Amino acid sequence: MFKKEFSPGAKSKVKSSAQRALRTKLLETFPKLEPYIDEILPKKEQLDVLKIPDRVSLYVLGTTPLFYQHMDDPLIPHLQLVHRYPWCFPRVRIDRGGVRFVLSGATLMVPGLTSPGGRLPGDDDAGEEYGNDGKEYEEGRVVVVDAEGKENACMVGVLKMATGEMKEKKKGVAIENGHYVGDGLWKLELR
Amino acid sequence: MAEVQAPPSDLRPAKSVVYCGVCTLPPEYCEYGGTTKKCEEWLSTHHPSLHTALYSPEALSQNLSILSVEAQKRAEKDAAKKAAKASATEAREAEKRAQSKIIIKRVERNKRKYVTEVSGLEHFGLDLKKIAKEFGKKFATGSSVTKAPAGGEEITVQGDVSEDIREWLEENYEQIPEDNVELVEAKKKKDATAG
Repeated sequence: MFKKEFSPGAKSKVKSSAQRALRTKLLETFPKLEPYIDEILPKKEQLDVLKIPDRVSLYVLGTTPLFYQHMDDPLIPHLQLVHRYPWCFPRVRIDRGGVRFVLSGATLMVPGLTSPGGRLPGDDDAGEEYGNDGKEYEEGRVVVVDAEGKENACMVGVLKMATGEMKEKKKGVAIENGHYVGDGLWKLELR
Repeated sequence: MAEVQAPPSDLRPAKSVVYCGVCTLPPEYCEYGGTTKKCEEWLSTHHPSLHTALYSPEALSQNLSILSVEAQKRAEKDAAKKAAKASATEAREAEKRAQSKIIIKRVERNKRKYVTEVSGLEHFGLDLKKIAKEFGKKFATGSSVTKAPAGGEEITVQGDVSEDIREWLEENYEQIPEDNVELVEAKKKKDATAG
């Protein structure tokens, strides 16, 4: 989505009522964020919204980007936020071979997740981090994508296929148009 | 007053992630950024402990052993290509920067009335719209981005402020070499119809 670099449009303040609504929506999407919500979205701080191309709005607190949203689609966390609170988001992992494709903006394909280096919930080797208590993620879920052998996440995006289906088919598109480290949104300078 | 609720003790504090000063990625992803060499140098001077963790021979060999030989080769080739591309663009940009000039033109609009046209700022990575606004604020005059007759865009400032603009550029933008700023004087060509 942000493969090219772009310059932000108008910046405007978010109404406090909208800010509250955002907060509840955020907690709905990512319940694990609850203990940190005051750190991420302090009640008293003024939140700004930046218009960026393709009808995406980016929510910004001061100079730290928090979330972006395409029209009324689910809120997607900016990777800088993900890096600070990685354990709060649903996560999957891709194998090492896929990393370079992801970082050059390709769609994430299923084999990267189902191969031995990848992790999906319900795998035997998923562990606590990726296990999600054995529950599968459904289609349309916002997930953070980690990379094998790396500490920080490399991508966030919306699942195009439920994880259960992925394990059956083992091919196809997993995440399209995500936000990855080094893309235009990542390089966006906020002043 | 009720007591301020203490944060639960089992709360994990936010992780602070170091980002590379060269390619802005987290250092572990520098290898994909195309400027690996520079990133490595930056890391070794700014975060030596991280550098040893990431670039030690064991870590490198371990990373490589996970991939199959063929994939390794491909990845290597890819990285080399990317690095070459990055360095080429950088060189090109530097050259362009050295060659390109900022021309500050004083145009006579009417006897004793001038406008100042500044062109070439975009070569130095400046945002014309923002700079125009700055000029307007600084000199308290009208200032706008206009289409230049030769194509492209330039900033037109009302009034004769050519010297001031030069000084301002020197002060605020050190990346612009002094010699690349040129002052020119020009008379506005009269319309053919206005005789």
